[in-house]
Amino acid sequence: MIQPFIEFKNVYKRFGNLEVLKGVNLSIDKGTVTVVIGKSGSGKSVLLKHIVGLVQEDEGDVLIQGKSLNRLSSKQARQFKKNMSYMFQDNALFDFLTAFENIALPLTETTRMTVAQIRKKVHDRMARLSIQGIDHKYPSELSGGMRKRVALARALVTDPELILFDEPTTGLDPIRKNDVHHLIREFQKQFGFTAVIVSHDIPDIFDLAQQIALLDEGKIVFKGTRQEIMACEHDTACAFIRGREMLYDRSKT
Amino acid sequence: MITRLIETIGSPFSSYIESTGRLTRFFLAGIRQIAVLPFQWNKTLDQIGFIGAKSLFVILLTGLFTGMVLGLQGYYSLVDFGSEAALGAAVALSLIRELGPVLTAIMITARAGSAMTAEIGVMRMSEQIDALVTMQINPVRFIFSPRILAALISFPLLTAFFDVVGIFGGFLSGSLLMGINETVYMDKVIQSVKLMDIWGGFIKSFVFALVVATICCYRGFFAHMNNQGQTGAKGVSLATTSAVVQSCIWILIFDYAITYFLV
Repeated sequence: MIQPFIEFKNVYKRFGNLEVLKGVNLSIDKGTVTVVIGKSGSGKSVLLKHIVGLVQEDEGDVLIQGKSLNRLSSKQARQFKKNMSYMFQDNALFDFLTAFENIALPLTETTRMTVAQIRKKVHDRMARLSIQGIDHKYPSELSGGMRKRVALARALVTDPELILFDEPTTGLDPIRKNDVHHLIREFQKQFGFTAVIVSHDIPDIFDLAQQIALLDEGKIVFKGTRQEIMACEHDTACAFIRGREMLYDRSKT
Repeated sequence: MITRLIETIGSPFSSYIESTGRLTRFFLAGIRQIAVLPFQWNKTLDQIGFIGAKSLFVILLTGLFTGMVLGLQGYYSLVDFGSEAALGAAVALSLIRELGPVLTAIMITARAGSAMTAEIGVMRMSEQIDALVTMQINPVRFIFSPRILAALISFPLLTAFFDVVGIFGGFLSGSLLMGINETVYMDKVIQSVKLMDIWGGFIKSFVFALVVATICCYRGFFAHMNNQGQTGAKGVSLATTSAVVQSCIWILIFDYAITYFLV
């Protein structure tokens, strides 16, 4: 049996009195795209933040290639995080840096690449995402869609092995949204990275996914392929993707 | 009942200890990162521009009027004793030993310190600090170290400007307005000020730079962790207010402590 790249084992997380994750179990294989869906506020972003170490589980374990994330040596943890990117829901672009500087930041701060090499790589990513000519613009001067693509370019510029996307297409028009999906698919095919995508773009996002997981009331209640979820054999998943609140609630009783 | 009482009394105390420990670790990490290669020249120069150059006008203005007020008040106090000739010494020593470093630090806190807290607080609330962590960039090094180094360079320089302009302000009101002999005023300034006075003022400036930069950056960095559980704009506003108030209080406390050891 192939060892999963990332594995959530009975993970619990509580913020004050609010229990967000109540025993999450999820395996993510290397080189695959996993899409996590669920109601707003169901803890999808919290789930992603466990992988990157921004949030620590209260109980359970997050395993990276079979090793607990908490028990990795600092060198192993650094190596793992070096090969990972995170695209934040609200982009988390630096207001005081230009678009170019934002995209180049992980390279300028953590590598020994020359200025010319960095410029070439950043311009390559900008060209692929159709955001040329905005090098000197600050995030506040860009549209929402542009900012999203700058954040995506920053996530892709380090050629990571794992990319965590937290609602990568929120605020984009349908054309740009499909562009981003297309780009993620293309980049994923080209570089073979593992992707975990939190998204509400149902059903379009399913085209990218090898695995779809539904997080509901703190647990993964459905795991399956696009075909399985679209076949509507699982009541909760079926009700959720069809956006029927009453049916969705009834499916759980 | 007793357990609850102990909890009620102990909870703020333990939270204060925890917060002090976090502040100390933050400060030490920031200081250590200043020496870690590669040096962050560009970021530090940007911050010197922001803390130092952009505060210059307000410091000059405050220094001038402080000196002018000292000149007037000093003249009316000294003239009763027939000692108005000592005005130059009174103005210069008051400024160099006390008012220069303290008022400069308070003015920088108001202008640049509050802005630092607000900027870093917004970075915290909009997940920019989390983004640094995910990119394997040390946020304390990236955010705090250039600011503390810039403060250490800017505070003494601005204090020097404040002192010089303040002495000139005293000259304007004392000599030009109230008629004290100009040569006497300047002679008294030169005779009275010793190198130790200037050093004492600079020592205060360095300490105030550490205090203001650390408190303002720390409050912004942990803007999401306040007693009232406020996040977003409210959290940033609380952090900014508390940074300014705490900086001013600690400036005055350290001023007393340093003066006690220097005199």
